[in-house]
Amino acid sequence: MPFVINETMGAYSELLMLLAAGTYTVAFIAFAWDLAKSSKVLRAVDLKAAEAAGTVAGTKVPVAAGVGASAGTSLDAGAGANRVDSHLAGPAGRAERPSSSAAKQAGAGSAAGRTADADMRYAGERRVPARVAVALTVLGVLIHGAGVVTRALGAGRVPWGNMYEFLTTGAFVAVAVFLLVLIRRDLRFLGTFVVGLAIIMLVAASVAYWTPVGHLVPALQSYWLVIHVSIAVMSSALFTLTFAMSALQLVQSHRQKTIAGGGADKLGFMRLVPSALSLENLSYRINAIAFIGWTFTLMFGAIWAEKAWGRFWGWDTKEVWTFVIWVVYAGYLHARATRGWTGTRAAWLSIVGYLCVVFNFTIVNQFFNGLHSYSGL
Amino acid sequence: MSERVKANKKSPAPVAAAKAEAALPALGPLGMLRWAWTQLTSMRTALFLLLLLAVAAVPGSLFPQRPANPFVVTQYIKDNGDYGKLLDTLQLFDVYSSAWFSAIYILLFISLIGCVVPRAIAHYKAMRSQPPRTPKRLSRLPEYGTLVVPADAGLPASDAINSAAGLLRKRGYRVEVRDDDGARPSLGAERGFAKEVGNLVFHTSLIGVLVSVAIGGLFGYSGQRILVEGDTFVNTLVGYDQFTPGTNFQSSQLQPYSIQLDKFDVTFDRESPGKFGQPIDFNAQVTTKETPDAPAKQETLKVNDPVTLGGTSIYLTGNGYAPVVTIRDGAGNVAMQGPVVAKLQGENYYSSVVIKVPDARPEQLGFVGFFLPTAFITDAGISFSGDPDLFNPQLTLNSYFGDLGLDNGAPQNVFELDVKDLTPLNNRNLAAGGITLAPGSTYTLPDGKGSISFDGVKRYVGVDIHHNPGQVSALIFALLAVAGLIVSLYVNRRRVWVRTGTHADGRTMVEYGLLARGEDHRLAAEAQSIRKLLTEEWQLAADDGDAGGGSDAGVSDPGVSDPAGAADSVPTQQTPSRQGHNGADSVTIPTGSAGPTKDQ
Ligand code: HEM
Repeated sequence: MPFVINETMGAYSELLMLLAAGTYTVAFIAFAWDLAKSSKVLRAVDLKAAEAAGTVAGTKVPVAAGVGASAGTSLDAGAGANRVDSHLAGPAGRAERPSSSAAKQAGAGSAAGRTADADMRYAGERRVPARVAVALTVLGVLIHGAGVVTRALGAGRVPWGNMYEFLTTGAFVAVAVFLLVLIRRDLRFLGTFVVGLAIIMLVAASVAYWTPVGHLVPALQSYWLVIHVSIAVMSSALFTLTFAMSALQLVQSHRQKTIAGGGADKLGFMRLVPSALSLENLSYRINAIAFIGWTFTLMFGAIWAEKAWGRFWGWDTKEVWTFVIWVVYAGYLHARATRGWTGTRAAWLSIVGYLCVVFNFTIVNQFFNGLHSYSGL
Repeated sequence: MSERVKANKKSPAPVAAAKAEAALPALGPLGMLRWAWTQLTSMRTALFLLLLLAVAAVPGSLFPQRPANPFVVTQYIKDNGDYGKLLDTLQLFDVYSSAWFSAIYILLFISLIGCVVPRAIAHYKAMRSQPPRTPKRLSRLPEYGTLVVPADAGLPASDAINSAAGLLRKRGYRVEVRDDDGARPSLGAERGFAKEVGNLVFHTSLIGVLVSVAIGGLFGYSGQRILVEGDTFVNTLVGYDQFTPGTNFQSSQLQPYSIQLDKFDVTFDRESPGKFGQPIDFNAQVTTKETPDAPAKQETLKVNDPVTLGGTSIYLTGNGYAPVVTIRDGAGNVAMQGPVVAKLQGENYYSSVVIKVPDARPEQLGFVGFFLPTAFITDAGISFSGDPDLFNPQLTLNSYFGDLGLDNGAPQNVFELDVKDLTPLNNRNLAAGGITLAPGSTYTLPDGKGSISFDGVKRYVGVDIHHNPGQVSALIFALLAVAGLIVSLYVNRRRVWVRTGTHADGRTMVEYGLLARGEDHRLAAEAQSIRKLLTEEWQLAADDGDAGGGSDAGVSDPGVSDPAGAADSVPTQQTPSRQGHNGADSVTIPTGSAGPTKDQ
């Protein structure tokens, strides 16, 4: 007889999941508070600075006019030299991607309507609510992690065998990845989004998809489950971050355009968010990692399919959508290298790609019949 | 091609010209072809085709697909009338072999080849040529810095350039020193050629994957077979219940190996409350022989764990019960004896049974009914299976006699009995009632038509047998593709230029600049590392980061003025052009420019 199910552990796990959701909720409030408060403070500081600038320089418009000029030249010099010979080798219409170094130049000088650092490093004044929020999120993720581990112990296997477990473990990975990125980069402006999403996932798992601890069906008893699904979940967590950043990028670039055109800044809290270009560059880098992860997901899925069903590719619904997601993100990577497709259009592709990820995870798991119908429903 | 791209950028006029050219290609057929080729292999077309491919793949998940579910498709078309037929005309039930889907990916791959080949040639040339000439104004590069070697260090400009060249070579750069003994020696260095190689490997491997898949489709085959415990399958065309050959399949490809199902065990979950009775393990013991004369081998066949034999893989894909029956005919002879495969219908192995007895005399016999491993009957008289295991096996049947219609040779579905031309012997509405059998019991048919005994129950498995000659190469190309992808995304292609000169007072002035090709967020870090290397090599006083802020306006711009002269205005070592990041997060608005700016 295989492993004996431990239901007490299962019960502990469920309790821990609820506790984690509760902690996240408080963290969410703190993140939201941070956004609200900072935007107010920043506005006040800005006004003061604008006055000061006005008296000194005799102008009341706090637009860093130098930005365009200095960033422009550095771009021209750098990318221009690049372009000359890159086109000898490249296909028509290939664009030089907006590079980070260019973003950096723009970032340092540009102050119009923005505060956050282009490199998204920690700096500046302490944001108490944000610190509280991060601390609470860490606490939440610890509880959540304990929930995932007890679930695994209770079932005697990896905790991703049905929808309930995909959601709870997926939410854990999303928050954990977010916190890991926070070590190096100040992405606290994404806090409300990531933590909010984790809460939704936990609630959905407990309410709509609750499943008691149990054994895996034979089709899932394979070490490929461990490899294939864990990489899929981690890539999805990264796609979650880039989705949020791309969405913010669209808002930010709209806002930047409005401000540059002399319009009023109606979205004060967006000051906490870096410039559209920095968002684009960082999300590109994260998307590149996630794309590699997704490529592995696809490949390992194919190897597993070969082992389980005798063919490595059969256009099963789940396979179709995994492929669609892969192609959309390949399109995204291409867009970043195609003239006229960087910036806003690339951001849309990143968003569409993520919507496909969500669709694949929810609708396809639930309503489409296929060989992959293991959602445990 | 490249000229036009550049022209497009400069002013709208050439764009219009290009468009006009596109609209009325007075180019002759050859020119037209070239024009079409340029369009097809452009980055924008590639992107468009990629996105189109993604969109085109979607309908395959919305409509049932013939290769996977032929019966569902037939039913769907029947249920949906003209709409179903329209969908069928549009090949929406065969999306992945449809003309339009194929067109998209074939175009994409032609575009891919058209992209990869010229790029490979260009890159080969680039790898064999020297780094590009030293730009006049290094200070315009995204990363730029200067160093000053004191006069008493005894490092003349030419030595400095050679020493820098050595350091860069060690760092993996390809270096060319120019104007070695001139007044302003310089060097150009480049590294990261692997990036483009990786990218080319990635794209080429995708073609490899596609070709492998095509080979599998041409020369592969697959089939299904049901094996009851004790049955042996021999790999010949007649051995299969169902067989799907590839386009170029030849029956001589089949190696006549054999596989016998000795025993099949299922373990059911007896603990989890919500999943009581769910199967948690399937285990088939088989005896295999590579060839008819080869020694027999014991193997285990499980889900996720196929047996490989004679170039094929054998997969466990289904299972069920096969009640063993003995049927005697009206003449008293055994007309049939053996297991009957029961087809799964519902929960807990609730299965349907069809028995055709063409050998029964004087009248052929037919039985239709159900097998239940653990039979329960509700008060309403509805029977169901309460458990997947054999706790209370039961066979309930109706019987018929007459001509089964098998003698004219028309193929029939073994799981269906057409009772239209048969006379019922047993069913609930007849006086004789239906037949209900437990293992070991026998029922005598009315009117002396014979008898049926339920002798016991065996298990059966369904196996899928596949041969795909493209599989291994598909895997190899896929792995190559990922390796290429990782290299292309994580190797950075960089260029470094260094220029030196001697100041009037004997100091050696050094300036350097870095440029990345493509995305490179670590260029600044590389600039810093190189600066550190040079500083250590020449034993310069370690610079303190931001010291150089401020008056760098006139920093050596060799293109305009003598670096030696210009360097006069440099109070200390100039720091890399990386700007003060930490400052950028502060909430004050810089009224002037903070930190070092570039000279224009
Ligand atoms: C099967 C279709 C294709 C797929 C799945 C695909 C996928 C990719 C991926 C994932 C990258 C990212 C690697 C990187 O950024 O360095 C890439 C880059 C690239 N692809 Fe493709 N590609 C396909 C077809 C094409 C075609 C038809 C072309 C030619 C027009 C092309 C030209 C390029 C170029 C030039 C790059 C490098 C962009 C850069 O500078 O980073 N690709 N491709």
